[in-house]
Amino acid sequence: MLEIKNLHVSIEEKKIIKGLDLSINKGEVHALMGPNGSGKSTLSYVLSGKDKYEINDGTIDYNGKNLLELDVDERANEGLFLAFQYPMEIPGVQTSFFLKTAINSKRKYLGQSEMDALEFAKLMKSKAEELNISTEMLKRDLNVNYSGGEKKKQEILQMSMLSPKMAILDETDSGLDIDALRIVSEGVNKLRNSDNSFLVITHYQRLLNYIKPDFVHIIADGKIVKSGDYSLALELEEKGYEEMSQTA
Amino acid sequence: MAATEQTIKQVNTLGSSDYKYGFSTEVDEIRPPKGLNEEIIKFISAQKDEPEWMLEWRLNAFKVFNKLPKPQWAKLNIPEIDYQDCYYYSIPKSLKDKPKSLDEIDPEILKTYEKLGIPLKEQKMLSGIAVDAVFDSVSVATTYKKQLSDLGIVFCSISEAVKTHPELVKKYLGSVIPVSDHSFAALNSAVFTDGSFIYIPEGVRCPVELSTYFRINAMNTGQFERTLIIADKDSYVSYLEGCTAPMRDENQLHAANVELVALDNAEIKYSTVQNWYPGDKEGKGGIYNFVTKRGACRGKNSKISWTQVETGSAITWKYPSCILQGDNSKGEFYSVAITNNMQQADTGTKMIHIGKNTSSKIISKGISAGKANNTYRGLVNILSKAKNARNFTQCDSLLIGNQCGAHTVPYIESSNSDSMVEHEATTSKINEDQLFYCQQRGLNSEDAVGLIVNGFCKEVLQNLPMEFAVEAQKLVAISLEGSVG
Repeated sequence: MLEIKNLHVSIEEKKIIKGLDLSINKGEVHALMGPNGSGKSTLSYVLSGKDKYEINDGTIDYNGKNLLELDVDERANEGLFLAFQYPMEIPGVQTSFFLKTAINSKRKYLGQSEMDALEFAKLMKSKAEELNISTEMLKRDLNVNYSGGEKKKQEILQMSMLSPKMAILDETDSGLDIDALRIVSEGVNKLRNSDNSFLVITHYQRLLNYIKPDFVHIIADGKIVKSGDYSLALELEEKGYEEMSQTA
Repeated sequence: MAATEQTIKQVNTLGSSDYKYGFSTEVDEIRPPKGLNEEIIKFISAQKDEPEWMLEWRLNAFKVFNKLPKPQWAKLNIPEIDYQDCYYYSIPKSLKDKPKSLDEIDPEILKTYEKLGIPLKEQKMLSGIAVDAVFDSVSVATTYKKQLSDLGIVFCSISEAVKTHPELVKKYLGSVIPVSDHSFAALNSAVFTDGSFIYIPEGVRCPVELSTYFRINAMNTGQFERTLIIADKDSYVSYLEGCTAPMRDENQLHAANVELVALDNAEIKYSTVQNWYPGDKEGKGGIYNFVTKRGACRGKNSKISWTQVETGSAITWKYPSCILQGDNSKGEFYSVAITNNMQQADTGTKMIHIGKNTSSKIISKGISAGKANNTYRGLVNILSKAKNARNFTQCDSLLIGNQCGAHTVPYIESSNSDSMVEHEATTSKINEDQLFYCQQRGLNSEDAVGLIVNGFCKEVLQNLPMEFAVEAQKLVAISLEGSVG
């Protein structure tokens, strides 16, 4: 699915990612944990194609394609989804309209006809109910005056409607209370299947109680310093980043 | 709904960044020589078979025009206009003897309107909209005339109204925009060719949207449209105009005068979707759109609402205004003005509060891209008798790229201490993070800009009649194509 080799990234001359390797296969859930400034969010932006980041070295293969050559929207339409840490507000654009536009952009890219209004309404309703999102919220402008929890749920709703192959969750747990965390995690778990993959970026082991990863990686200073299974997250919670990075 | 679908389909096909209304139609035209003089005015009047009083009115306006300087207040770079190097009248030969029915209209002209997405054939007509179409200087057809006349509604070309309803035309023409207002107004009064006339009788609520479609086809031709709408007591009408022109390297002049009169408890809603040819990327060609639009709320509790979506023209100079004479009368102005490449726009409104408890609302959204300049210029004037007058103004500007300009020039004059005037203004750049967010959801950069800008304009666009709101949204997106790299 995704194969990152020897990735080096800088922003405005400052090196952020310094030789990162990561391989994610179909059906796997990987957790990426690390302290602030370790390069977690940078990795999510580089994967999704945000500009301003300079790729100094390395390759990223995504389902046999050179990911770095694809535009942001091409990557999205090829099934790469980023759940934003800070979802953007778009005033004047109704949430449901945005969802429909996104779905139809993807269908157009794939050479499919637009989803008809009824089919769309049904899909949105069922997915929204799973996430405990009210229909009233879908009529509001996208992310405008949403609470932090509502914004994160909205990201997961978009994810479930677009059913990506490779989903990156960038600190989706930050700012969520326990109930919202549970709902969001259930939403993610429902999507898991043998054909798609997840990269869950987080500070805290707490999220991983709900979304059980197959692999856990610890990132420090732009490199993956330790990889293991779920038990690594528990060990990390106990010892802290500093000790874990040093023992690596 | 065939016509709507056709219109939408038409707009959908507008794929690339080129102006898609840029075709011209091969029709034989009747034109007097170039130039502006009394002879030409007499020629126009004679072609239209006008009564003597109308000719005199025109000739008087021409005298006034000769004395007036060109208006200078706008922040526009307007090249010197050679009024002598322009045709003032042009009609397709086949329309010389006015067709009695749509079947008699030159099929080429009907095809033009079809290409524009405005089918005139009544069987194709969208239920609920009556259309008057103006091709160069003459009105081609007015649909739904019979149904409207049963209600006592008059919807015809102004040339026809001069003959059939002279008492109304004499009473109201020039009563809202005096001939001497400024030179473009005087010019229009002298040489106006066609436009729409609407009279809604007392107590009648017009059941359909009335609409006029303007098209400049001939080369080097000015279009001088004149529209007059009168809403008698307790009546209501919603009117929409759309405009396009072929692509030409030369600049073409469009100087329209539109007058609205609302009597007691009457309401007029006037919407414009203006998509004249804007010129090419280097600023060559395009329409000079110098338009005077003014509505008088003469009666108590009357209301006039202007909604405009201005995406075309090389230069737009336009200030749809309301004179709030009647007590409790209301004026509204909702505007989206988009300038891209080398386009210039100086647009806004005037709200003149005269009566007691009058209120006005101004919502202006200006979008600039490329090297374009976009100015909002608005006057709120509260006179001493306008006790308890209220105004709310909101002007938002959005910049795309770093070579364009947005300017906001509000004038507020209040001579009454009971009145309240609010003005809010914002200027922002299109947000890169918003664009990235939309693109991450699969929208390409142009769709992303279109979506965000449409959101920015929502307050205005939602005031358009439903069918046209869809068209306007697509137009907004199309106008900004190529603006983000």
